[in-house]
Order: sequence, then C-alpha cells, then structure tokens
Amino acid sequence: MPAVQETIDQVRLIDVDQYKYGFETEVEMEKSPKGLSEDVIRFISAKKGEPEWMLQWRLDAYKRWQTMQEPNWARVSYDKIDYNEIYYYAAPKNNPAPKSLDEVDPEILRTYEKLGIPLREQEILAGVEPERRVAVDAVFDSVSVATTFKEELKKAGVIFMPISEAIREYPDLVKQYLGTVVPVTDNFFATLNSAVFTDGSFVYVPPGVRCPMELSTYFRINEKNTGQFERTLIIADKGSYVSYLEGCTAPKRDENQLHAAVVELIALDDAEIKYSTVQNWYPGDAQGKGGIYNFVTKRGDCRGKNSVITWTQVETGSAITWKYPSCILRGDNSRGEFYSIAVSNGMQQVDSGTKMIHLGKNTTSRIISKGIAAGRSENTYRGLVSAHRKATGARNFTNCDSLLIGNECGAHTVPYIESKNATAVFEHEATTSKISEDQMFYCQQRGLSDEEATALIVNGFVKDVLQQLPMEFAVEAQKLISISLEGSVG
Amino acid sequence: MLEIKNLVVQIEDKRILNGLNLTVNNGEVAAIMGPNGSGKSTLSYVIAGKEDYEVLDGEILLDGENILEMGPDERAAAGVFLAFQYPLEIPGVASMTFLKAAMNAQLKARGESELSTPDFIKRVNAAAAQLEIPKDMLKRALNVGFSGGEKKRMEILQMALLRSSFCILDETDSGLDIDALRIVSEGVNALRSPDRSFLVITHYQRLLNHIVPDTVHVMHSGRIVRSGGKELALELEANGYADYRESEAA
Amino acid sequence: MAAITLMKTPAETALVQAFEAAKATLPGDVESRAQAFETFNRNGLPHRRVEEFKYTDLRALVREAAPFAAKPSLDEAKRALLDAKSFAGVDAVRIPFVNGHLVDSAIAFDGLPEGIDVVPLASALASGHEWLSRLSPVDWASKNPVYQLNSAFMADGVMIRVVGEVTTPIHLQFVTSSTTPVATATRVLVVVEPEASVTLVESHESTNGAAHQPNDVVELIAADGAHVRHVRLNAEGDQAIALSTFAVKLGAEASLNTINVAVGSSVFRHQVFGVFSGENTTAQINGASMLKDRQHGDTTLIIEHAAPHCESRELFKTVIDGEATGVFQGKIIVPPHAQKTDGRMMSAALLLSEGGAMNNKPELEIFADDVQCAHGATCGQLDDDLLFYLMARGLPKPEAESLLVQAFLGEAIEFVENDSLREALIASVEAWLRARG
Repeated sequence: MPAVQETIDQVRLIDVDQYKYGFETEVEMEKSPKGLSEDVIRFISAKKGEPEWMLQWRLDAYKRWQTMQEPNWARVSYDKIDYNEIYYYAAPKNNPAPKSLDEVDPEILRTYEKLGIPLREQEILAGVEPERRVAVDAVFDSVSVATTFKEELKKAGVIFMPISEAIREYPDLVKQYLGTVVPVTDNFFATLNSAVFTDGSFVYVPPGVRCPMELSTYFRINEKNTGQFERTLIIADKGSYVSYLEGCTAPKRDENQLHAAVVELIALDDAEIKYSTVQNWYPGDAQGKGGIYNFVTKRGDCRGKNSVITWTQVETGSAITWKYPSCILRGDNSRGEFYSIAVSNGMQQVDSGTKMIHLGKNTTSRIISKGIAAGRSENTYRGLVSAHRKATGARNFTNCDSLLIGNECGAHTVPYIESKNATAVFEHEATTSKISEDQMFYCQQRGLSDEEATALIVNGFVKDVLQQLPMEFAVEAQKLISISLEGSVG
Repeated sequence: MLEIKNLVVQIEDKRILNGLNLTVNNGEVAAIMGPNGSGKSTLSYVIAGKEDYEVLDGEILLDGENILEMGPDERAAAGVFLAFQYPLEIPGVASMTFLKAAMNAQLKARGESELSTPDFIKRVNAAAAQLEIPKDMLKRALNVGFSGGEKKRMEILQMALLRSSFCILDETDSGLDIDALRIVSEGVNALRSPDRSFLVITHYQRLLNHIVPDTVHVMHSGRIVRSGGKELALELEANGYADYRESEAA
Repeated sequence: MAAITLMKTPAETALVQAFEAAKATLPGDVESRAQAFETFNRNGLPHRRVEEFKYTDLRALVREAAPFAAKPSLDEAKRALLDAKSFAGVDAVRIPFVNGHLVDSAIAFDGLPEGIDVVPLASALASGHEWLSRLSPVDWASKNPVYQLNSAFMADGVMIRVVGEVTTPIHLQFVTSSTTPVATATRVLVVVEPEASVTLVESHESTNGAAHQPNDVVELIAADGAHVRHVRLNAEGDQAIALSTFAVKLGAEASLNTINVAVGSSVFRHQVFGVFSGENTTAQINGASMLKDRQHGDTTLIIEHAAPHCESRELFKTVIDGEATGVFQGKIIVPPHAQKTDGRMMSAALLLSEGGAMNNKPELEIFADDVQCAHGATCGQLDDDLLFYLMARGLPKPEAESLLVQAFLGEAIEFVENDSLREALIASVEAWLRARG
C-alpha cells in the first residue's frame, strides 16, 4: 500500500465528510425538564396520555434502575454518562400528534424527504408494485410524526402504529405482551428504557395473516442533548408472517447522544418475524468526538412451536454499539437466525453479537457474523449459544469472520458455547484475516482502483448476510458499507 | 509498442533484474524463455506494477509513455494485462460481478461510457463460448474452487473482454493438461491482431507449439542474453539452458 | 455506592490462617510471598463473577481448605514411590516429589545425563540462588489468582537447566500418599538454553483417593532455537481438587509440542499461558480430557503471539460422561506488531451421556491486520452413522463407542512423538474406557 500518511489523512477526513445524514432540522421543540426524576417520568406519561398502570410500570422501573449499575463487561470505553444532563423527552412544539401529514411541520417533512424516506402514500404508490410497498412509522426524537398505510393494513387486520397510541387504543394487547421478553429488570439500559421510553412502533399481526407489505420505522434523533429511548413491540400471532425494517440517523454533533432502545418480538405457533436493521447513527468524527452511544436490547421470543425469528443487521454507525439481538427458542422446532455485518472505522467501538437460547426440542439456530474493522476502531463479536437440559436435538451453526483493514484497529471474537444436552450439536467457526495484497493487486491489474477493489472484496466477504436483506435494503446497505470504508485503504 | 530500457529491479535487497532491455512491437508475439529463477515472473510483475519490487534504474515505455509512475489500475487502463501464473481467489464475488466491475472501471478510466447490462452479458457470453466456459462457472465466486484449467481460461476470458493492447502470459501452460492447453492457446491465437502484442513467459517450449511466437528471447540472471526467431525455442528445447549457466560460471 | 465487603468462606479463612502460620517457616523471601498473597487476601478465591472463572467457581467448588502437607519421612516417600504407576515403563530421569516435597535422596545429582542441571527449589529459595531471577517469566501467569496462591505457598520444587540435546526424558513425578486430604504447592522452572532440546514428562497421582488439593506450577523458558516436548498426565485420585499452571515463554525459532491428558480429579483447572517472544517459532498445544460422574474439568489457555511470524496450533478434546462438566477457554492474542501470525485453535467435545455439559469459550483478540487466525468449537454426540457402521461390522455397541472415543482423543494424542510416552497415554485412555464399562 502506498504512503501510510496518506491513508491516515484520508481516514481522518472520512467521518466528517461522508456522513450524509448529519444535517440538523430547525423546528421549535418542546422538551421535558433536563435530567431524570419521577417528575420527568410523570411528565412523559402525561404527554402520552397514558393510563395509570403504564405510569406505575415506568415508576417501578425507575425505582429499580436507581439500584442498578452500568454494565462494564463489553469491550468499549467511554466517558461516564451523566444521566442528569440528558433531555428525556423532545417533541415538535406544533402539533406533536398530527392526525394527517398535512398537519406535520413542513420542516420535518423536508427532513424525511432529504433522508429519502417516503411518507406520502400516493408518492409511494406511484409506479410501485403493491407487494413492494413499505409502510413507514417515522419517529422524530421522542414522538412518531407519521405512520403510513395504517388504514390499508387495518383492513388486513394488522395493527401498525406508534406504541404510545397502542397503549391508549389496545391496552390489553400491550399489557399482555410488554416486558414479557425483555423484563423490566433485564439490564441497566433496558430498565432505563422501561422508565422513560417515548415512542417506537407497535405491530400486531393476527392469526393466519401474512402482512401485505413490509413495515418499517425510521428513527431520527434531531434535538441536541436528547436521548432517544424507543420501544418496539411486535407480535406475530399463530401462523402469521411479518417483515419489519428499521433505519436510524442523527445530526453531527460534538457531544455524544444516548440511544437506549428496547425491541421485543413474540412469535406464536407457526409464526415468522423477520427483523432487519440498517443502523447508521452518526459515528462521531475522526478524533472520536461526538457520535451516538447505541445501547440497545433486542430480543425475540419464539414462544410457539415451529416459529421463526430472523435478525439481520447492518451496523455502520454509532460511536459505541452495544447490541445483542437474541432469540429465546422456547417452542419446539422453533428457529432463530442472526445475520450481521458490523463495520467500524475512525474511532468507533462495536461490541455486538447475539444470544441463541435453546429451550425447546429440535430447535435450530444459525449465526453468520461479519465484522470489518478499519481506521482506529475496535470491533468485537460477542455471542452466546446455549442448550438447556430439555433442548433435545438442538442444533446451532455459527460462523463469525473478521476482516481487518489497516494496522491500528482491532477485531475480537468472544463466543460462549454452553451445552447441557448430549443430543445438542453445536458447531462454531471463526476466522480473522485481511484483504491480501495479492488479491488487491489482482483486482488493480484488472483496472480497479484501491477503493473499488476493497469495496468489491468486502462485498464478497459480507455477501452471505446481504442476501438476507430485502432487496431495496440490500442495495442501500451495500452502498453504505462502501461509504463507511472509503479512505480506509491507501 | 512496449520498450524496456536498462531495467534494474530488486526485492528485499536482492537484485533480480540487471539492466534488462526488450522491445515488443505492435502485433508482435514475443516469447521469453529462461530457467527457474532467471527473473521471468519478476519482469511480468514489474510491468504490471506490483509494489514489492523496487525499480532502481531504467524505464518501461508503453506507446512512448513511461508507465513506471502509474499504479497497477492505471497501467491496466492504459492497456497492460497480466494473465497470472496463479490467479487469485476472491470469495463471495461472482465472476460476472468481477468482470463487470473491471470492464466498467477501465471504460471509465478511458473516459468511455459504461456498458449496459444486456451489452455486457452479450459480450461475456460470446467470449465465454469461445473458451468453452460454461455459464454456471461465471456465476460462481471468482476462481474459488476452480480447477487449474478453469482458472487459466478465466484469465484468457478477461484478456478478451478487457481489450488490452499489451498482454503478458505468465507461465500460462503450468498445470494445464493437453486439452486445456489447446483451448487456452486457441483463445489467445484468436486475440492476435496488429494492434495487440503479447509477451509469453514460459519455461518450456511446449506452449510455443500452440502459440507460435514472432520472436524468442532468452532470459538469464535478470537480463536478455539472446534473441532470435521461433527456431531459437526449438534449439533451447534440444540443448536446455545449460549453455547459459556455463557461460555464467565462466 | 457503598463498598461491598465480601464475607470470607470457611476455605478462604482457613487459607488466610494457613498463610499466617506458615509464612515464617516457608523457605525464602517472606515479603514476595506476602505480596503474592495480598490479592488473594483482598479478593478471595476466584468465583463466577470473575470472567476467567465464569465456568469454574472456585469459591463454590473449594468448600474446605486442606492443610498443607508436611515433608514425609524417607521411608514413607520410598513406599509412596513404589506405589506410583504413571509412566513406570518409560525410560527417564526421574525427579520424584511426595506430598509436594522433593525426594532429593532419590536423585543422583552427580549421575545426571550430560546437559542437565537440577537445583532443589527449597534450598535455592533459602539461599537466594541466582536462577531464582528467572522464575515467573510469563506475565499472564503472574496476574492469575491460582498462580498467585502457588507463589504464596510454594514449599518445594526444582529448577532445571538444559544445555545441548538431551535424549532421555526428564520425568517430574508427583505423588501424594497422605491418607488424609492435604494441600501441596510445588514450583518447577525449566530453562532450555539456546539450541538445546529436551522431553519433559509430568505425572500427578495419588496412592489413595483422598481429597487432596495440589496447586502445581511448571514454568518453561525455551531460549532461541530450543525444542521442547512436554507431556503432562493428571491421574489424581477421584476426590482431588487439582489446580495447575503451565507457563511458557518461547524464544525465536523455538518449538514446543505439549499435551495435557486428564483422567483424574474431582475438580481440575489446568491453565496454559504461552508467550511467543521471538520470531519463527511454532507451538502445538494439545489436550485430552476424560470426565465422568460429577467431575468438573477446566482447561484455560492464553496464547500471546508477541512476535511476528509465529505459528500456533491448539487442539483440545474433551469426552464427557455421567453428569460431568467440561470447560474450555482459549484465547489467542495478536498484538499490533505481530504480523504474519498464523494461529489455529480447535476445541471439540463429545457428550456420551444425557447429564453432561460442556462450556466452550474460544476467543480471538487481534490487533494486527496481516494475520491468519481461526478457531473452531464443536460439541455433540458420537456420530450415529459411524456407530451404526461399526455395529454393522459386528462390534457390540460399547466396543464401537470405545473405538470411536479412542479415535476422537487419539487425534490429540498422536502428536506425541515418543513411542513409549504415547503408548502410556493411550493406555490411560483405554483404562478410562474400561472403567466406564
């Protein structure tokens, strides 16, 4: 590779130059008082017009959270977060609960336009085949500003709405499932979320229904000093199917912002949930200044027999990622899958992976993880596969590969593989390698530039995972990966 | 036209090429023969621009322009093609994807517009048929799990598609059985034209029965020590490289 | 947050008292022993909240601390050695220990083969021998709580220096004969000088099944160009809680071929800490563990490729029967400058019964980009198809199983070059299988 200095310079430039979603939207916001207290929780609950039981749930979580300590086992380091310097609620002042798109602040609509997120159904309809349509729930800081195709989905019996609305409209459903996969006391960040969560999506697919379109939520953090604490709950009733996508961006800011989400998935008998994420929060600049702290608890419960939950994630953003989308394989013959691409560059720190907990008989799981570390980043895969005593016939296959680009980054693999059942068969393999100079030369000899060659080889490296994404997302993800790595080779 | 003047090259302080001179005219097929370790492969890498080699002196002119300052991709766009002795495997990247990326990169570098997908597929299919490359091979990851013969055919396919003006064949016959050798040679012969020249590097004369050269150069200790017509290859076949080794010792 | 003071368990309290009582009489510098004990005094026995002991909670497993064994009488020692069986048929220079104390009268210090120097550790510690400065060559070990306990309590051991090519194996023979449970702490240092080569053999056994608590450390410095073959056999009694550490530092162009075969103990934890400190060094690090009943067997290793161009291969096999639990933790570390590292680690476990459990934690920690590192871990039952094939050829099921288990473990054992050593290890596998019935 040519001059090292050149490489360093380029790496230095990238984050600032290439994060395309770093703009800020000027909207007048209404915020809760700064910091965290019972009063702030009451404020949030009141803003959402919640019933008493929900407020009580939050307050219990808050009480519990005060006794908990921030986890420190992950391979990430960051300055102590001052939880009293954060605003836990921020919503556009004008009409925080718009009834239709016409009521949404035009500045916000422009924001989503710039981000390429279609919010007008008629625009989406034009020239798109019906099965290719995507329903969107757009979450701006602490509130959902628009949800599309609600009516059409309702006809199919699918409930897709902001969770705050669901708490009011379908309290029994929410009460039945909320916190049953990620208990209130699960971990520090999940408990915090339980106390202060603001918005997120709620999905219920009734028995036997195949959701007629992709559902998606687009999360945007805009306001300064705010945290985003979304909560998503997806229930696929017996024999149903749903595919859900999630995207995230935030403006460039010098200070770090906290994102602590909780996602719960429940699949009953014969149901299937596909959950895909393209996470592109602002990663901070080349010196590690700014960026999102992404502490997320995502867990799926294959509660029914023959149920399937698939997590697919493309992680390119955030200063710190702490995220382990997991599956509890409770139902007999249920299946959990985890496909992940985690790209880190600059000063990013990623500690991500999955947990596959085999409880039922003949449960299967599959983990394919591809980590790519460049710049001065740290990229860790951390995973758990376990078979309990009764998990007769459990099967797992795990493959985690890491690719290093440059000599200042680190790639680590920390798998825990625990079997308490003799009939369980677990296979795990992991490799770490680099793009070989010979491969680079070969591509260059055919006329590809350094960056084209790297992008090509990296895309080959992550192909197994990209294939799991819905087509439109796969193309986006592929571009995103290339952009994230630009300048990482000299 | 390719002209190499007084080329001196070392790798890790070891001198490999010692003032090598060579001219290959447009349309000419030149063969370089020589014993193992004479610097044949080094020459091909240096022309293509591999980085590990340190050029201490001399120049390489392609159509009058010195290419030594260019990166490997720029040289490729300028017309240099190297058929590797050991083609590299790229997991996960389908051969088709790779071909398209390479063709478009070169078109872009030359300021031409990129190929439409149907045009691209048409061209690939035509060239592949000639080299007896089955379609499913093009869908597989580049060179991964390919046999020796398949890898070499894939190299010639790229040579045909990239329309390079100066093609180097580095020990292309190594690891080929007679049928594969015939297919590869026919592929190369079909590409012979007045505006394309070839540098065929080989240890054995066998390949030159199939790809008949215009000129033959003998390389030894990093220099061209003798040049002649195609009959020189036959002479080497009969006498071996022993003469040159002795002259070295003397 | 209020500081949490942990209550000491009875075993921890007993160890503190034992140290207070023994420190004045143990040989050598009290200060450095006290330092080593300090961390234990603060943290107690490592437990499941300490990441490296997540699967082997010593606080829970060590209920009582056995008293440290006194030096046996010469008669007692001789009787114990007569009863010792491990590697009895292997021609070797024997360095025997009984109840954790060197039986120096059994060694003809003058008649040792050329190239071997042996210095008893107890007297060396007392006199401040110059080789003492070479103890503790590996930092990973020095930071480890089990090793630190050994440093605090080590009562005896040897220091061995090897020059040139030594062909006769050196057999470090550890026998515990006390009829009541005792604790022992031995330390062995082996320095293999440049271009020298040697075969080291360790056997650990007891003449009875009492719940002994050995804590053994073997430290190895293989200088540039040195070649070391090392075979360790844990054949402790069924009740023993055996802690052991093998810490090795390898110089440039050195090679190591080591295996730990475990058939004994109620609980064992074997730790390997290896550092490659020079270029072009190779290591084959193997293990074969056989666990039954309610045994708990833990193999933990850290391999640091601190120099470029080194190659390591780790192959660990665990067979689990009854309600036993197997643990494998292995970490390959490659710092930024260690380019061209080639490291491959494999852990395979076979569960023969319903109640068994296996915990695998293979880790990679990579900071250099031009490396090839891989690890694999598998866990499962015997292959039904293979079993069927053998039975279809007329083998009864138990024999077919035994054959497959032998083949499974054999893959790790076959790296032992010395025929008689390899055969002795295979014999221990066969004995284990026979006892299984």
